[in-house]
Amino acid sequence: MSDQKDEKKTNRRDFLFTATAAAGVVGVGAAVWPLVDQMNPDASVKALASTEVDVSSMQPGQSLTVLWRGKPVFIKRRTEDEIKKARTVDINDLKHPEKDEDRAKNPEWLVMLGICTHLGCVPLTDKGDYDGWFCPCHGSHYDTSGRIRKGPAPTNMEIPKYEFVNTNTIKIG
Amino acid sequence: MSDHEYTPSSKFGKWFNDRLPLLTLANHLTDYPTPKNLNYWWTFGGILTFCLITQIVTGLVLAMHYIAHADMAFSSVEHIMRDVNYGWLLRYVHANGASMFFLAVYIHIFRSLFYGSYKSPREIIWILGIIIYLLMMAAAFMGYVLPWGQMSFWGATVITNLFSAIPLVGESITTWLWGGYSVDNPTLTRFFTLHYLIPFLILGLVVLHIWALHVPGNNNPVGIDIKKPSKDTVPFHPYIVIKDAFALLMFCIVFALFVFYQPNILGHADNYIEADPLVTPAHIVPEWYLLPFYAILRSVPDKLMGVVAMLSAILILAALPWLDTSKVRSAVFRPLFRQFYWILVADVLILGYVGAMPAEGLYLLIARVATAYYFAHFLIILPVLGWKEKTTPLPLSITEPVLGGSPNLAAARSDEKIEKTIK
Repeated sequence: MSDQKDEKKTNRRDFLFTATAAAGVVGVGAAVWPLVDQMNPDASVKALASTEVDVSSMQPGQSLTVLWRGKPVFIKRRTEDEIKKARTVDINDLKHPEKDEDRAKNPEWLVMLGICTHLGCVPLTDKGDYDGWFCPCHGSHYDTSGRIRKGPAPTNMEIPKYEFVNTNTIKIG
Repeated sequence: MSDHEYTPSSKFGKWFNDRLPLLTLANHLTDYPTPKNLNYWWTFGGILTFCLITQIVTGLVLAMHYIAHADMAFSSVEHIMRDVNYGWLLRYVHANGASMFFLAVYIHIFRSLFYGSYKSPREIIWILGIIIYLLMMAAAFMGYVLPWGQMSFWGATVITNLFSAIPLVGESITTWLWGGYSVDNPTLTRFFTLHYLIPFLILGLVVLHIWALHVPGNNNPVGIDIKKPSKDTVPFHPYIVIKDAFALLMFCIVFALFVFYQPNILGHADNYIEADPLVTPAHIVPEWYLLPFYAILRSVPDKLMGVVAMLSAILILAALPWLDTSKVRSAVFRPLFRQFYWILVADVLILGYVGAMPAEGLYLLIARVATAYYFAHFLIILPVLGWKEKTTPLPLSITEPVLGGSPNLAAARSDEKIEKTIK
């Protein structure tokens, strides 16, 4: 009973409890992490990082879909009319404001991930209210720059990292 | 709960039971006192147990022939259909079995909603049931991915993309779920593993569900508390066992009609086309049992809020015992609640219908109204009804409404006679 006064005080035993618990949490965390991380993309998936595409046979107005990292990439050689439509839009009218100049460095070529930003379907080319793309799953309309104009998708279709290796070849990734 | 202590009759039985009281458990299960007025809506618990076992057994044998690899899954399912002995039967039973499972679980849930089975003291039974229901949806979804057809692939893409709606970490979570940058082989193999695991988790939860049921005992169509055991109860065996068995046979007839005459009517023709990551089918719809929630997802124009609404639609059920403020359980004595109950049933059916239709124009409008009503039912109507509604008088016992009028001496006597003849 003589200890009663000291009850509130932190003593060495409390320190040991806390230290043991902390070490235990770190240990369990370290043991669990490999079980969680094994589900992330593995080395063989990461290795397929880039794809080269020959676009020499494409005419204005044509589009091509290629597979990159298991995802479809749209390559569209746009017509004068389509470029004009994409560039004359008032940027303030857009749900996700992005200039066409920033999306297509070379105005004739639009390269983007063909994945609807809503829930990941592949939109249909040359369809929809804005003559760009239309997603059949939940009705998102994209314009000729792949920007979301109408429907549930929150953002424009993503532009992947790509470059022209020469005038006929695009390297994605 | 029978009050008497059970003693096995044989010497070995007594020796064994003193060490592991399995015989006491068996005796509890057979003698378990059940309200004698249980109607056929109460037979779906047994039917659901049958469904779970059917899925586990057929799933086990299908797994002996199925190959969980993106290049081989589709053809291994065709191999099951064409080459494996009785493979067509096993697969059709398993695929339609999922639909039958959900049919039974929806009847089971709506029975609880009508008779107030979720109310005190049965909240834990109800919440365990909701968890089982969530796991069923996860198992069904992953199972649907395994044949690796077009609907499998794009269904998996849409559902896993729901996680990308989570702010900041959404993208990383989706990549982690996929094991890549899109739905692919790693996704298929992990879905197969989880699809195999979940039924056993459900089995464990079913044991808890029944355990929790056996503490207060069954609710009943009148919804009043009864003394157990008493003249208001009958032993589970043989009375309920035989009734459950009869209902199960009727259920199996419906099951067999689907399996043998219309095995593909609940599926989608697109799933007989092998998965193609470059082409999305024109019209993606989930299986029928997920349609109401799909309609709720699509009725909200914002991605994150759509996902939140869909999840809330399910999770709101877990809060139901506290949202329904009425002390009266059975809808039989709640004239207003009864009307709102049927409106809710119609509302869910409408959501299911518009979920299967394209999300535009009038369908979208209907979906929005029906979604708003769904939430209003639980968040506004039920709490208010509990305060405002004038319920009709509850009978004093189960026996009273059966015999008509107040429990008088003659009725009580004839009731005793019935009890004797039953025994």
